[in-house]
Amino acid sequence: MILGKVQVPASVKAGEPFEVRVLIQHPMETGFRRDLEGRAIPVHIVDKVWCTLAGKEVFRAEFGTGMSANPYVAFFATASEGGELVVQWSDDRGDEGRASALVDVSPA
Amino acid sequence: MRIVAAIGAFAALHCAAGSEPPLPSPLKGGIEFQGAEIRAMQADAFGNPAMLWVDRGAQLWKLPRGARNLSCASCHGADGASMKGVSVRYPGYVASLGGAVDLEQRINACVTANQGAPALAWESQELLSLSAFVSSRSRGLAIVPDPSREMDAAYARGRAIYFQRQGQLNLACTNCHDASWGKRLLSEPISQGHPADWPAYRLEWQALGSLERRLRACYLGVRAEMPAYGSPDLVALEVYLARRAQGLVSSAPGVRR
Repeated sequence: MILGKVQVPASVKAGEPFEVRVLIQHPMETGFRRDLEGRAIPVHIVDKVWCTLAGKEVFRAEFGTGMSANPYVAFFATASEGGELVVQWSDDRGDEGRASALVDVSPA
Repeated sequence: MRIVAAIGAFAALHCAAGSEPPLPSPLKGGIEFQGAEIRAMQADAFGNPAMLWVDRGAQLWKLPRGARNLSCASCHGADGASMKGVSVRYPGYVASLGGAVDLEQRINACVTANQGAPALAWESQELLSLSAFVSSRSRGLAIVPDPSREMDAAYARGRAIYFQRQGQLNLACTNCHDASWGKRLLSEPISQGHPADWPAYRLEWQALGSLERRLRACYLGVRAEMPAYGSPDLVALEVYLARRAQGLVSSAPGVRR
């Protein structure tokens, strides 16, 4: 289980873009580093992040080794009606995590 | 005669000032030497990456462990509110542990003696998460160093280390953090060397680290031999730094470049 969290505004207007912020705890090892005894540290990264709002996909990303540790992602989405926003992520070893937040939509 | 007396009084004053070294004035926390982006990151309760360790610590706080199957919450309460004001008075004197101990050592003493579990390794994610969680309960409180007389020996030892030139660069802590704070070391501003926001997330490490790790990094910086984690030298230095930073407000866990 990879720890992470998501933040959305307390309330959003229908059809207007709002910011979704995601922070994930992960070492994001590039695979290019060596430890103090010279052994290669194997690559270990979160490589997929996806987000659904009321069951419909609104965002998807694939990460490479260039992402920093504990990656922070922010993006904008729009909603016409409220629902649960779920962000999920998985790393290259099959470990997964998720966080969710309720999106409260008021008429524009 | 009056002039001689005045000179004598001045000399006495000068000696008194010499025995207790002058503090940087005004006291400035480490965050004040960071750029606008880092300051914003530390102040942002969501975006501060150190808060991930606080969240993890809040989970571990409730996790029963050890021979006695106790969690931290079993004794100290589920939300950790009882930890308010604890981290800002560490290192502290603990009679049963035989002297001055820092926050990490105090947590580990609880883990081994009260939970009956093996000690958590230095800089392990578990220990860092717990110390970040405990420290976060004291956010916004001022550093109140343990005033007990039993701490005086550790204080004196820490002060001696602080003023001791060492390493291939032959520098003492005071040469940078008293004499040159506010100036730049290559691209880096030199801070006053206060411990108030630690443990902190350091971008260079891409992770949270303890104050001891940060102090060891300074030893490495002057190319001196690094004391081992938990060594009396490092704890003594922490004791000196805590008294030196008395009154500074803690924003632990902080963010540093």
